[in-house]
Formats: sequence, structure tokens, C-alpha cells
Amino acid sequence: MEFKKEALYAKTHEWVIFDGDTAIIGISDFAQSELGDLVFVNLPEEGDDVVAGEAFADVESVKAVSDIYSPVTGVVAEINEGLLDAPEMINDDAFGAWFIKVSDVTDKSELISAEEYEAFCESEEE
Amino acid sequence: MELKTPLYEKHLEYGGKMVPFGGYILPVQYKSSGVIKEHLAVRNKAGMFDVSHMGEIICEGPDALANLNMILTNDFTNMVDEQARYSPMCNEQGGTVDDLIVYKMSDTKYFIVVNAANKDKDYKWMCDHQFGDVSFTDVSSQYAQIAVQGPEAKSIIAKICTEGSIPDKYYYCRFGAEVAGIPCIVSTTGYTGEDGVEIYLPAAKAPEMWDAIYEAGKDAGLIPCGLGARDTLRLEAGMPLYGHEMNDEISPREAGLMFAIKMKKEDFIGKNPMEEAGKPDVVRVGLKVTGRGIAREFQDIYDGDEKIGYTTSGTKCPSFDYPIAMARVPRAYKEPGTKVEIDVRGRRVEAEVIPLPFYKR
Repeated sequence: MEFKKEALYAKTHEWVIFDGDTAIIGISDFAQSELGDLVFVNLPEEGDDVVAGEAFADVESVKAVSDIYSPVTGVVAEINEGLLDAPEMINDDAFGAWFIKVSDVTDKSELISAEEYEAFCESEEE
Repeated sequence: MELKTPLYEKHLEYGGKMVPFGGYILPVQYKSSGVIKEHLAVRNKAGMFDVSHMGEIICEGPDALANLNMILTNDFTNMVDEQARYSPMCNEQGGTVDDLIVYKMSDTKYFIVVNAANKDKDYKWMCDHQFGDVSFTDVSSQYAQIAVQGPEAKSIIAKICTEGSIPDKYYYCRFGAEVAGIPCIVSTTGYTGEDGVEIYLPAAKAPEMWDAIYEAGKDAGLIPCGLGARDTLRLEAGMPLYGHEMNDEISPREAGLMFAIKMKKEDFIGKNPMEEAGKPDVVRVGLKVTGRGIAREFQDIYDGDEKIGYTTSGTKCPSFDYPIAMARVPRAYKEPGTKVEIDVRGRRVEAEVIPLPFYKR
């Protein structure tokens, strides 16, 4: 299980990396492992607004649909179109398989460090 | 509080991800494989499943046959010993109480296997409708059940069983079988659309049997499989699941199970309403999702603005590039090629009727 140090995490299992004014967002390695084999991803479109704490995408495994929550408020600057055709990339590399890049970030959810997030995941597993 | 099957500790040992199902806690998948790998193992090699949650009921007495023929829709008259037969069990309105398998032990004794979630309801139903000299006994707690499915399944079991323990033909069983030195019942049945067996054995021996089968099969590609793969495999094989394709309100005729309903029998519970209803107006069809989205169970189906039916099961199955679903629609929509739309969480997704089963080996 990877808990990348450069990223911050939401307790809803998304990671976010701030690169200047842009936030890069994906789901954690823990999340992909819990969800199992992913077979479908629904992403917003460029220019859409996202709001911290609200769903912006959904992923589907063979068994279930799960909403993905945005850790920030802003505007979708770019989406990872490759995921639409190959959702399994998220299982292969949860950090490489970013979902969206958000610009004009005006707000964010409560975010925790990799260390705190790892402890949080351990408590969730029990 | 969910019950544990006799294999609960084994699932933890083998890395099972445990979830509640049908009153039991069972593995949905195993950590080292996952649904897709488990599914493909069964299609290409072999997989083993804990299905100990299934219920077992023994029907015994001089009037056993007459009772089965009245309480169930299939006809059990011409069965030979150790033969198996699938049947729905209907209520007086023609809805489905459950679907089950009957194994003939002798002219006066039958072994019945029912769905876990319906076990108590079924047992009560049978007892409430029995007549003459017969007894129904719920023996579920005595039995564990392990399904071994896939093209390599029988050859794996053949390595560890006594000669004659595996029936030659489909839908038969051996009551005097012995696998891994454990007396058991081996049945050539399954819920995956592949060749294979289902093994009924004393609950206490289940962990020992589980290890023996795994050891015998792992080099041939056998892996433990969870409920997730069990569901995608049965869906691809077009097999109905109680609570989805049928329930207390849905007649097995609407679910496309005519082959197991013998209208020529003099009488059986549910026959009258079925006769009166005639050919069902609603039918079960297969759908191929052609738009972008994955259809799931119980989503509405539209023809334009008109809601015409709903899906009963659906997901993205590993054997196909496109998502599939089973659905209940009016008879007019049953022809392959018919186009419909599925409401996937507020979004209309195009789909097309295709023949069932989706997958045939």
C-alpha cells in the first residue's frame, strides 16, 4: 500500500497535490484496493465547477458504484481522458492515474498528511 | 448478526474480503486475485467457492414424490436415483417462493437444496403444505457445500476422489462419493455456466476439504473465488437469481423458466393462476449496453418517454467488452436488436436486446 508523501488526503480517500495554482486530484491506493477491479469511470468536463466535499466523478467496480469527492473548490482545467477507456490504470497506479486538474482553487476540504491518512486507513480497516 | 460458514477461518487465511450476504458473512473476493481474475479462472481453468450458506432439506416418506409434485412446478415422476432436477416453487398466486434443486436418494427420499436467504421461508412453506405420510427436515446446519467450477474442475477432483465419485452426466450426483478421504455427495451441477461439480459434505470436515481441493488444483490454475465472481459468472450464463429475476410476485414463467414448469401435471401450487394468465405479458430478456455506462440491478428501462420495464441484474462482466444486464420488459420488446434506454442514475444509456445466455461454453 502506497501513501505518497507529496500528496495530501481527504478522509473520503482522495489525494490532492498542489502544483502552483493547480490542484491535481486522484483516489488513494487504499481506495482502489478497497474498491477492487475498476471497470468504469465517469469524469466531469473541462470548465465544470467542482465544490470541496461534493461528488465530481464516479467509479464503478464490477460490484458497485462509488462517488468521488472533490477535495477543493475550483474549475476543472483538465481531465485524464485516458482513464475513460482504461479505468484499470487506477488499480495499477493510483497516483499516476490522476482524475482531474483544478484551477482557480478558492476553497478546500479538511486535508491530512500521508502519515495521518495511513493511520486513518488502518483505523477504517478494523 | 451474520452467521459464519464452517469455512470462515479458511477465508481469512486465504485473504477473503468478507461481506454480509443472505444472512451469512462470506468472501466477496480474495485479496490476491479480485473479481476479474477469479471470474476468468473459472472460465479458463478452475475456481472453488464456499456455498455452505445454501440450505438443505430432506423430504422423506411414502408420499414424498406426491408432495414434491404438488409443491414444486417440475415433474419428479420419472427420475432415477442420484438424478438432480431444478425447479421453481410457487405460491398460490403463481409467484416464486424460491428456486431449488431436488436430488433423488430413493423412491421415498429426496435431498433438496435451496437459497440461503429463503431457507426458513422455504422450510415453513413445505411444512405448511405437506400432506399424507411425509416429513420435511431442515438439515442445513449439518452440511457445508463447496463448488468447484471450470474446465479443469473435474480433473482436479478426480485426482483426490475414489473411483466413481464423479457422475458421468450433467445434473446427477453420487451420494456415496469420497473426496480427499471425506465421505460426501458430489453433484455435477453449478451456477457458473462451466463444467464442474458441487460437493456437499459434513460441516466439520469443510476446512480439511477446502485445503485438499486447493492443493490438488493450484498447479492447474485453480483459485478460491468469492461471491462477486459467482454473480458475474451466473449473469453471463443467463442464470436467474432469486430476488432479482424472480420473487414472490414474479412468476417463473415470466422469468423464462418454462422448461421447469410442467403444465401437463394434474395440479401443483400456482398452476391455476398460471393457466388463467396464459402466455406472460412480461418476459426476461438480455441487454447489451451500447452507450456509455454500466447498467445495474433495478434501473428503469424506457422506450422514448415511456417507462417499459426495469433491469433485474447488470454489470460489466469480464468475458465481454460491453456491460450486460437482464431485464423485465413487455413481450413486444423481446426480439434481439430491439433498442431501449436504461436510466443509469439519472442518465439515459442506450442498450439493445440480445439473446440469452450471454455466454455459452
